[in-house]
Amino acid sequence: MHKESDIRIPLILGDKSYRDITDDIIRPIESKAPRGWYILISLSGLFALWGVGCIVYLLGTGIGTWGLNKTVEWAWDITNFVWWVGIGHAGTLISAVLLLFRQKWRMAINRAAEAMTIFAVMMAGLFPLIHMGRLWVGYWVFPLPNQFGSMWVNFNSPLLWDVFAISTYFSVGLVFWYIGLIPDFATIRDRVTKPVAKKAYSILSFGWTGGAKAWNRFEIVSLVLAGLATPLVFSVHSIVSFDFATSVIPGWHTTIFPPYFVAGAVFSGFAMVQTLMLILRKAFKLEAYLHTKHVEYMNIVIITTGSIVGVAYITELFISWYSGVEYEAYAFLNRATGPYWWAYASMMTCNVVSPQLFWSKKLRTNLAFTFVMSIIVNIGMWFERFVIIVTSIHRDYLPSSWSYFHPTWVDIGVYVGTIGVFGVLYLLFARYFPVMPIAELKTILKSSGANYKQGYGHGAGYWDKHAHHDHDDHGSHEETPTSQIEDTSATTVVPPVVDTPETPTSEEEKPEDTSNNEEE
Amino acid sequence: MADKVIYAMYDDDDTTKDAAKHLVSKGVHVSEVYSPFPIHGIDPIIGVQPTRLGINAFLYGITGTMLAMVAIRYMMIEDWPMNIGGKPNFSFFYNMPSFVPILFEFTVLCAAHGMAFTYLLRNKTLPGMPARNPDPRTTDDRFVIELKLEDNHGFTAEQLTAWVKETEIVELEEKVIK
Repeated sequence: MHKESDIRIPLILGDKSYRDITDDIIRPIESKAPRGWYILISLSGLFALWGVGCIVYLLGTGIGTWGLNKTVEWAWDITNFVWWVGIGHAGTLISAVLLLFRQKWRMAINRAAEAMTIFAVMMAGLFPLIHMGRLWVGYWVFPLPNQFGSMWVNFNSPLLWDVFAISTYFSVGLVFWYIGLIPDFATIRDRVTKPVAKKAYSILSFGWTGGAKAWNRFEIVSLVLAGLATPLVFSVHSIVSFDFATSVIPGWHTTIFPPYFVAGAVFSGFAMVQTLMLILRKAFKLEAYLHTKHVEYMNIVIITTGSIVGVAYITELFISWYSGVEYEAYAFLNRATGPYWWAYASMMTCNVVSPQLFWSKKLRTNLAFTFVMSIIVNIGMWFERFVIIVTSIHRDYLPSSWSYFHPTWVDIGVYVGTIGVFGVLYLLFARYFPVMPIAELKTILKSSGANYKQGYGHGAGYWDKHAHHDHDDHGSHEETPTSQIEDTSATTVVPPVVDTPETPTSEEEKPEDTSNNEEE
Repeated sequence: MADKVIYAMYDDDDTTKDAAKHLVSKGVHVSEVYSPFPIHGIDPIIGVQPTRLGINAFLYGITGTMLAMVAIRYMMIEDWPMNIGGKPNFSFFYNMPSFVPILFEFTVLCAAHGMAFTYLLRNKTLPGMPARNPDPRTTDDRFVIELKLEDNHGFTAEQLTAWVKETEIVELEEKVIK
């Protein structure tokens, strides 16, 4: 249990006990929602309603209300689809890939990131539906026996693969997320006192009991689902990239797309996790669980995937020159210098240049800077999809078919609407669901909690309850240097090596929180 | 028949493990351990067998692959072997690369959902199921070792309680289950 290397910075700051973890994470559910939550949800709700209005108008009037033309038949619809799917990938990456690599820092972010996945995939799933000219026969994409001599679907089309990929991804992601939530719902069920909430959480928790056999199965199921979800993440975004890569369009027909789209997805997904988690930790006072080190780790993933994306851009440029195909060479010349040069330039700046700033430790441990960067990356990744889709088709083989794409207010309204719906869902999640995995955080408390790493664990209030400030009687930790303990008061523990501006605030709030818990 | 159950409560996972080890060394059968999170290393002590859910997932997965192969072969090759964009739809093998994405996705779909459903059934966790943990605190920060007298025929309740009291216990409760 106590074999962890000293160079590892604690992942749970402060003097936390198991009870403190439960209290801290359930507090937003038990207490009344702050005014900020109502303001945000009303704003998101307005955007969502606007989006629903746009979609209804679109379906009632026709696809012609979008700015598409006969040359550019895919633009904002599929751009937004790929963008949302991409955002959805970091959630599964955090919960699955990082679980396979036994990264403990994922604990603080995986629940919220998976929620982000679910909601982002819902938003993504909207676009393949509403961009159809005849949505009411949309169910024809399923290979169902029918009265047309049993007319089947064409299994050669990447758009059909998309149907399978997205629906599998969504349902498996949902199941993975929910299986992790069951024990935490049980914790809430056993805590809340209001009858409606108690009933609701006891239904949601499926009668979880937490026996040794159940936990044994839980861990295996989590591991196997992580093992299944990892290739799923890679395959789903690869399949999304096949929509373009299997075509014959110069600029689309590229074998680099599958890995490069996946890297881009992880890149944009992590950026979105940063945007959401930096707000969430502040609003819910969860700084002790998600501190600068977690943010730094995520920024490192962002530099890594950002650099992979950068290499892919350069590879594409090189190959377009090296191939000797005029169409291919022109596609890239057109991207850089054609009428969409501004989109290409924003994509290059936001995706390739700006993440490189994270090589500086000062910048990647700066939370305000990270927040701004996370938004820049998401803008950049939106432009990446836009550039790939629109600049490749607005000018291709026949110059007589060249054209330009202007979005209409319906294009924009639907996109803004999906952001609104996403916001509403995410805010509801933050209010009623545990935003961090309570049970899983408890498993790392002893190996990565600041108090345990300093050698005298047991959590807030332990030493108060036991009313002795000398720790000599605590047999198992005799080797703790007493000088280290004398420096700190009984309730406030200064974590060792964390050199962050954020840590002091969480430390200042600490004693306050403790007293609140005891009053309850 | 009336059965006596002893619930020994602990406030730490390591002391729970030590207590379980102590009881097992006396020959006591530990019926169940309730904990707020998985206690790593308790399974071999109280004799929980490794779960076979992984094997299940594999079987569900290959079932999915087979189903997808049979269905796609029937629809694309046997029923309507059409020429769609020059794709060789007269042979499953020649058109196989186009089928790989769906074969893969369907495998994952079946493996994941089959295993998840088996897990929920096996754990008796379904919507509307009652919770069976002896104390609400076991989902927060308490650990409970459950000893059923029925499972420990050789011992009396007094003997068991005496052994339980030798461990670092926080609370002790005895219940009679009809």
